[in-house]
Amino acid sequence: MLLQIKNLHAGIHGKEILRGVNLDVDKGEIHAIMGPNGTGKSTLASVIAGREVFDVTAGEILYKGKDLKKLSIEDRAREGIFLGFQYPVEIPGVSITNFMRTAVNEVRKFKGLDPLPGGEFLRLMEEKKRLVEITSNLTNRSVNEGFSGGEKKKNEIFQMAMLEPMLAILDETDSGLDIDALRIVANGVNKLRRPDNAFVVITHYQRLLDYIVPDFVHVLFEGRIVKSGGKELALELEEKGYDWIKKEQK
Amino acid sequence: MESEANNILEEVTQGDYKYGFVTDIETEYAPVGLSEDTIRYISTKKNEPGFMLEFRLKAYRHWLTMVQPKWAHLNIDPINFQEIIFYAAPKKKKELTSIDEVDPELLATFNKLGISLDEQKKLAGVAGVAVDAVIDSVSVKTTFSETLSKHGIIFCSFSEAVQNHPELVKQYMGSVVPYTDNYFAALNSAVFSDGSFCFIPKGVRCPMELSTYFRINAANTGQFERTLIVAEEGAYVSYMEGCTAPQRDENQLHAAIVEIIAMKDAEVKYSTVQNWYPGDKNGLGGIYNFVTKRGICKGNNSKISWTQVETGSSITWKYPSCILLGDHSVGEFYSVAVTNNYQQADTGTKMMHLGKNTRSTIISKGISAGKSNNSYRGLVRISKNAINSRNYSQCDSLLLGAKCGAHTWPYIQVDNKSSIVEHEATTSKISEDQLFYCQQRGISAESAIGLIVNGYAKEVLKQLPMEFAMEAQKLLSISLEGSVG
Ligand SMILES: Nc1ncnc2c1ncn2[C@@H]1O[C@H](COP(=O)(O)OP(=O)(O)OP(=O)(O)O)[C@@H](O)[C@H]1O
Ligand SMILES: [Mg+2]
Repeated sequence: MLLQIKNLHAGIHGKEILRGVNLDVDKGEIHAIMGPNGTGKSTLASVIAGREVFDVTAGEILYKGKDLKKLSIEDRAREGIFLGFQYPVEIPGVSITNFMRTAVNEVRKFKGLDPLPGGEFLRLMEEKKRLVEITSNLTNRSVNEGFSGGEKKKNEIFQMAMLEPMLAILDETDSGLDIDALRIVANGVNKLRRPDNAFVVITHYQRLLDYIVPDFVHVLFEGRIVKSGGKELALELEEKGYDWIKKEQK
Repeated sequence: MESEANNILEEVTQGDYKYGFVTDIETEYAPVGLSEDTIRYISTKKNEPGFMLEFRLKAYRHWLTMVQPKWAHLNIDPINFQEIIFYAAPKKKKELTSIDEVDPELLATFNKLGISLDEQKKLAGVAGVAVDAVIDSVSVKTTFSETLSKHGIIFCSFSEAVQNHPELVKQYMGSVVPYTDNYFAALNSAVFSDGSFCFIPKGVRCPMELSTYFRINAANTGQFERTLIVAEEGAYVSYMEGCTAPQRDENQLHAAIVEIIAMKDAEVKYSTVQNWYPGDKNGLGGIYNFVTKRGICKGNNSKISWTQVETGSSITWKYPSCILLGDHSVGEFYSVAVTNNYQQADTGTKMMHLGKNTRSTIISKGISAGKSNNSYRGLVRISKNAINSRNYSQCDSLLLGAKCGAHTWPYIQVDNKSSIVEHEATTSKISEDQLFYCQQRGISAESAIGLIVNGYAKEVLKQLPMEFAMEAQKLLSISLEGSVG
């Protein structure tokens, strides 16, 4: 099992947000997580990535069988956990090229590899840019600064392609994308899919799941996964909304 | 949430100074303390012509009538001038004619600092950098002087200039910063020992970067350097200055003067990477860096630009300025000042617009960490006759942590109606969001801060010559580096 989440409780400033999440993700699988606004989807993603502002109060997260608690944010990333942000952050004055070179080389160092020589790094960048159909000048610009919503999301997928994670969590990467961009992002994910890696896609729209076909769909509601099913669950949610789930919970 | 980010920042911003070693060289000292005798000693040591001694004594007598200024936002422990050694020089065995004769200890020192005094060692394809290496009170070696002299360029130590070009020294020394200018300028004028002298003749574009590397080595010693750059009509030169000092528990005084004269159509670019010993984590020791730097755009269409990266010194008091006398002349000031632990910096610029259609740009980026204090102080004055002049100022402060301070004091005085002055200021912090984003990509907190700080300072760093830019980038990260738990 790649990722095992057992009875995870987590919150912030004493306020509980996740109230007993259980989730198993195996290699080669694609999971979709859906659910109303504010139910803790992004919080779950952040907690897996190790964001320190959230307190884990109970339960555990095992990644490749190891307890994640002891790993720093950067070591989790270096071990292959990637988070595609719902709201990617601007870093003024730092070009994507420079940012990615620092990231790729720190990950390589962790794995005992030498830094990638400049030429090879640029070739890798070109290859991955083609994968997500990014035009050349975007990577010379500062990370996310002045990017359109769609450009920010494409940049997240580009970074994912560069880092080739084992477990990629994509938090609403489809929000704000036009039809073409949606197809590009989904294609990117499909091309990066391998038997030994896994994806967790957080989304509000079944539309994305036409392109990235999930093995499992989960509904997160008030800090718990209250329903799981196959991809037909997404269609049902699209049709009926969340009211029936809320009623079931009451 | 903020406190999380602050914790990381605190750990990361507790780095160590990497240039704190002392070289064991035989050194010759002036008697401790300051008097007319000290000044005569220095002048005699340097075998100076009479006009120099006269200048020094006038400056000294004037200094005696002055008191140390208090207007800067700085806490300065009283300086006891009778406890300072005003002249220290590595003992010379004989006159140097080639690099092989420079004391190997000295060569090793400069190599350790990353400065090559060996002309043969220049990189293939790179134009090379001419270096004047100054240790304590004297210049030990100037490279490429001969190559430069073929273009009519004079690049030598100030002492040599006094010997070989007294008429030029007499003409320009004190013409931009008179000895009456301020307390530390008067002191420097009395006791200055060495520094660099550059003269670029009419119409010559200097084919390589000129640089001076200042190193304080001896204990209890002050360094009082003086640099004079003259660019004649249509000349161009890019000049760089670097500085380091050993790690010591007591404060050491560094009071320098730099004067620049740019004639019609001339351009001078002056870049500094100042990394004097900043003191330890508890504020013990460090260099007092009290510097007067000023350039005059004397001719029409001339240009002077100052770029500084200030990471060292326990106290920095420094305002590289431009007097824009010629019509259409241009002054620029680009600054990154980093303060950490207990460092204090009060730095900025003065842009004095006197000529018509003069333009000035000020970009100042302050970065404060630890318990430090970082102030920008600037004056933009546009005189009545400086019609159609413009100034644009941007002063940004970045705070790393909650215990440091950032202050901005922009003074603006405009005496005509056709000129435009714009001033923008921002204060920001490195957010937890930004750190998390970087760390999520596998970048350590330490490198992340380095990246973010360098990004923040980019507008200034890109003004530096290539040879300096890399060093400055590393220095910015190192100044804020430490052990992340
Ligand atoms: N840093 C924070 N400080 C305080 N409350 C927070 C913080 N982060 C999240 N929360 C709260 O936790 C709850 C869950 O937020 P989260 O972002 O995980 O929801 P979400 O399911 O991703 O919602 P959406 O679909 O709108 O993206 C919300 O009530 C939110 O306000
Ligand atoms: Mg969310």
